Amino acid sequence: MRYLPLTGADRQAMLAAIGASSADDLFRDVPVAARRDAPVDLPFHAGEMEVEARFAALAARNMAAGSVPFFLGAGAYRHHVPATVDALIQRGEFLTSYTPYQPEVSQGTLQYLFEFQTQVALITGMEVANASLYDAATACAEAAAMAARVTRRKKVLLSGDLHPHYRSVAASTLQFTDIAVEALDPDPLGLEDLLGRVDSQTACVIVQNPGFFGRLKDLTALAEECHAVGALLVVAVAEPVSLGLVAPPGAMGADIVVAEGQALGNALNFGGPGLGLFATREKYLRQMPGRLVGQTVDADGRRGWVLTLSTREQHIRREKATSNICTNSGLCALAFSIHLSLLGEEGFTGLARLNHARAVTLADKLARLPGVKLLPQSFFNEFALLLPKDAAQVVDALAAKHILGGVPVSRFYPSYPELAEVLLVTATETTSEADMDAFAAALREVLQ
Amino acid sequence: MIPTLSGNQGLQIEEPLIFEQDSPGACGVDLPDAPAIDDRLGGLARQGPIGLPGLAEPTVVRHYTRLSQKNVGIDSVFYPLGSCTMKHNPRLNEKLARLPGLADIHPFQPQGTVQGALELMDTCAHWLKTLTGMPAIAMSPAAGAHGEFCGLMTIRAAVAARGETRTRILVPESAHGTNPASAAACGFTVDPIPATARGRVDLAALKAKLGPDVAALMLTNPNTCGLFEDEILEIAEAIHGAGGYFYCDGANYNAIVGRVRVADLGVDVMHINLHKTFSTPHGGGGPGAGPTVLSAALAPFAPLPAVVHDDQGFRLIEHAAQSGAMPVGRIKGYHGQFGVFVRALAYMMSMGADGLRQASSDAVLNANYLLAELSSDLSASFEGPCMHEALFDDRFLKDSGVSTLDFAKALIDEGFHPMTMYFPLVVHGALLMEPTETESKDTLDRFIATVRGLARRAQDGGAESFKAAPVFTPRRRLDETTAARTPVLRWKPPAS
Ligand SMILES: Cc1ncc(COP(=O)(O)O)c(C=O)c1O
Repeated sequence: MRYLPLTGADRQAMLAAIGASSADDLFRDVPVAARRDAPVDLPFHAGEMEVEARFAALAARNMAAGSVPFFLGAGAYRHHVPATVDALIQRGEFLTSYTPYQPEVSQGTLQYLFEFQTQVALITGMEVANASLYDAATACAEAAAMAARVTRRKKVLLSGDLHPHYRSVAASTLQFTDIAVEALDPDPLGLEDLLGRVDSQTACVIVQNPGFFGRLKDLTALAEECHAVGALLVVAVAEPVSLGLVAPPGAMGADIVVAEGQALGNALNFGGPGLGLFATREKYLRQMPGRLVGQTVDADGRRGWVLTLSTREQHIRREKATSNICTNSGLCALAFSIHLSLLGEEGFTGLARLNHARAVTLADKLARLPGVKLLPQSFFNEFALLLPKDAAQVVDALAAKHILGGVPVSRFYPSYPELAEVLLVTATETTSEADMDAFAAALREVLQ
Repeated sequence: MIPTLSGNQGLQIEEPLIFEQDSPGACGVDLPDAPAIDDRLGGLARQGPIGLPGLAEPTVVRHYTRLSQKNVGIDSVFYPLGSCTMKHNPRLNEKLARLPGLADIHPFQPQGTVQGALELMDTCAHWLKTLTGMPAIAMSPAAGAHGEFCGLMTIRAAVAARGETRTRILVPESAHGTNPASAAACGFTVDPIPATARGRVDLAALKAKLGPDVAALMLTNPNTCGLFEDEILEIAEAIHGAGGYFYCDGANYNAIVGRVRVADLGVDVMHINLHKTFSTPHGGGGPGAGPTVLSAALAPFAPLPAVVHDDQGFRLIEHAAQSGAMPVGRIKGYHGQFGVFVRALAYMMSMGADGLRQASSDAVLNANYLLAELSSDLSASFEGPCMHEALFDDRFLKDSGVSTLDFAKALIDEGFHPMTMYFPLVVHGALLMEPTETESKDTLDRFIATVRGLARRAQDGGAESFKAAPVFTPRRRLDETTAARTPVLRWKPPAS
């Protein structure tokens, strides 16, 4: 067995040194009734060739996004990831290290996390960011809990334009706490009025920009209203590339920003792992969840990095910790950070402009089709369309033509018949003009 | 030694922050220009620069390569970090996780276009259920702590479905910090139970704490002292007798895979850290995955989604109404840590039923070898046999002026990653060593010789050298007090 270095002779010598008669002897504390005397009913070990063949067969039964014209988003975005990213994150010193508990042998991890925290703060327009959470959905739940701690209030309001998974994760996660979560109805038309719903009991409002249905919103007035009554504004960002072109939540007065970082540096991976970004204002630092890397000096006075403010965390505070999170999304944060380093100011803003331009072109092509209506007036790289037919059926018909044509909103909201004909469509820098034309032509046929 | 002019020390190169290497106009990607359009931003375009540095590709490659050289991983050194199962991470798994048919698929593609992915999730679930003997599994938890939270949610829901209110969770003092933190996040109060002199749960104290308000016992087994809870059947019986559930923290599952049926221990729910037991890389902090196996009593409350299989093929249940059960909702976006499942399944298939059983056996053998060989020089906290990790405390350092921390730092200079320190909290100055099965006898022998030598040096008045350690690392000991007192958590441009 290729991963096991001990030989039979080693095992015998070691057992003799221990004074045990056999390996079974070492398991003598296990109650006899729970011991297994023989291997379980699963296949025996297999060589690389065999395992590869098995996985190749599984992979072949999936339609890879890159093999067809592809227009899906809804919180998971397909961007071109430079080859450099994947080569660097596979360096063993990054890939096979643990959480940087021993700073003297983890300066690499600690420095990139410090850089990551800075990048996240910069693009969101916030003062501080942590070293990552699991994903944006769990980050929303953490933000709500943090807002409740900061404000000492128990009411959380979720916008209908917040990603449905962020909504359900926040609601499920908080269901057994004393925090009450109110989720407004899904809002494809942008009719929701949050201003009138914030009051002196509200801990926070969680909104998304660009919204789940694509719409861009100026949140300045909402932020002011929240602050006037002592509530916090939490802004979720599902597509971080939008921050290269759109005014960031920090500039609109957000108190906490949560975002999904997958789109930069990370593949789709069928939706996981994700990368939860979490940023806030300095004054709320001590209520933040998750790890933080800070700058310091070593015994020789040289600049270095350590995990810090850990008195917030579970390993010190146990049941009084700000969160139970331990393992986070370190390697995904590294991929995000390398991608953003390669992009830099020019590349990041250029990438965002390119995404927006592609989406505008696509929206115009699709909105020209008979019976198709573009719902949001303003958007970044994704928008909702109202179709003259059931969107899920349309998507299935398109898939039969080898086009992955967006996400039917009914997948998230099966009990809202008024959403059955709403389709979410995304274009990124990977979407070619030919893809768009193929999509428009196929959609025209399917809708006939 | 004369300091170098550059500040570099041979292969150790000083590396500034990316922000300090900004070369405005440089860029590490070549993108096509965006076609001219009338923007649809509704007047919400970003104003002013972001402040990201410009770097060409070679600069970026060199930056991260140099940073990696300031790190160690399992690829480079023996990494006996107790409770973390730092075993070899096979590169085959990385290769498979990058197949376009597995990496380049979207969570909301029509399910007919992702049958292979759903089958993969279902197969991974099948292996984990078969290994543990448990009937059900929730695949979506993102890590161990998230699995704890998931399991406690199902307990909370099951208790409520019985029309009861039970708000107290019993947690041994030796438990990992995530246990009480997860219990609190789920709205429970935490009641600690003490350990015996044998490093196990004090059954009498446990029984004394049971009552109609106890929802569950959260117990790590093998426990965080590296010992199997030999009264586990009595413990399970006691908690069940009082109407509570048995949550098992499965962080230490590596010791017993293929050798012990978890279901036969009376466990109702247990999370499995795929990034420990099933060899998926820890990546300097994650991502992990914490699939959580459940008893039949708790299974109806498992969070969504779930993969099911019928004559139409594989299908995701994403909504309570489709499930016919009483799920606690959704605790993670999308369908769980799919990329981690790919790696874990590749590992399980490579090892097979026979290899997994051999692996746990070797992991336990390696730990017992450390325990046996080091007991003469260090102070073992409890009598063996241990399971997959060996626990020592700092009695052997008494009056030496050397602390557990100093001892660990000296090991760094010797080319080893330290063991886990000061955890579990039930022994003084804990040193918890977990060698895993992927270390050779030769590596263990070199480690043993080094640890023995250091112990003797400490006992022979060598404290000074320990206080100075480490000296051969890119940075020496870091000032954590200043870091916490005046937090600097991001780079800021120098005031001009
Ligand atoms: C005993 C124990 N329980 C729980 C955890 C938490 O697991 P994770 O870091 O995957 O959230 C750990 C990990 O460090 C652990 O050692």
